[in-house]
Amino acid sequence: MSDGVKIELGRRYRFAASHRLHSEKLSAEENSRVYGKCNNPYGHGHNYVVEISVSGPVDPATGMIANLADLDGFVEREVIEAFDHHSLNEEVAAFRAKVPTTENVCIEIYERLKHFPKAKLERVRIEETANNSFEYAGGESKIA
Amino acid sequence: MVYLTRKIEFSASHLYHNPELSAEENRRIFGKCNNPHGHGHNYTLEVTVAGEPDPVTGMVLDLKELKEILEREITQRMDHRFLNYEVAELKGQIPTCENIARVIWDLLEPKITQGRLHKVRLYETTDLFADCTRNGASRA
Repeated sequence: MSDGVKIELGRRYRFAASHRLHSEKLSAEENSRVYGKCNNPYGHGHNYVVEISVSGPVDPATGMIANLADLDGFVEREVIEAFDHHSLNEEVAAFRAKVPTTENVCIEIYERLKHFPKAKLERVRIEETANNSFEYAGGESKIA
Repeated sequence: MVYLTRKIEFSASHLYHNPELSAEENRRIFGKCNNPHGHGHNYTLEVTVAGEPDPVTGMVLDLKELKEILEREITQRMDHRFLNYEVAELKGQIPTCENIARVIWDLLEPKITQGRLHKVRLYETTDLFADCTRNGASRA
């Protein structure tokens, strides 16, 4: 990387989960207005795709930034086990007090994965559906 | 600044083996990829060039020219090849997605003279890819 060329490794994972968008801070009407169909009290689900990028020096002995077995194991333990086939609202502690929009899911997954010991987490990108995606790279947002 | 991306595909075989490690270590680190007979992938390469559109042609660079560069530098060199044995630039390296992306970056950067090479993204599968950029400028 000393020559200014940076390499990142990208990996995609999948989980299926249900959620309901509902804020305790809003009235029933406001919830219904803001979240529309997503406010259905029974919830609904998505097949989420989580795309993560990590960076770091490429180990000349292995040709790798991080061994995929280590990365996959870490993501499986930290995210997939906790999220896949679960209700995000009911079963993931972070979403007791936060609405599980995919913006917030991005931030939660980033927080869980930023401790990966073998490489630096660069960003988390989530496709909630094929048409909606969200991306978070840590830090406070600075609107340009 | 405008970013233009061209996508190509190539198919190639490879294996992961480091002769400085024992057979056991090679198996432990590289798993199935250490099979001495090799295996293959359909690689997808996305090349992004950044630049200002020429006021006369409206182009950052002529796509025909980019297509020819990619054909000459990448497809002819890597398509239907065994990466370990037939691509000189990868000699002595493990042909991981990271290392192949870097070799592709080094091959293309000097050839792109209109605009500048902004990003190389190489997919080994739909779920595994490597990005190469200068100074980590990965937004396009």
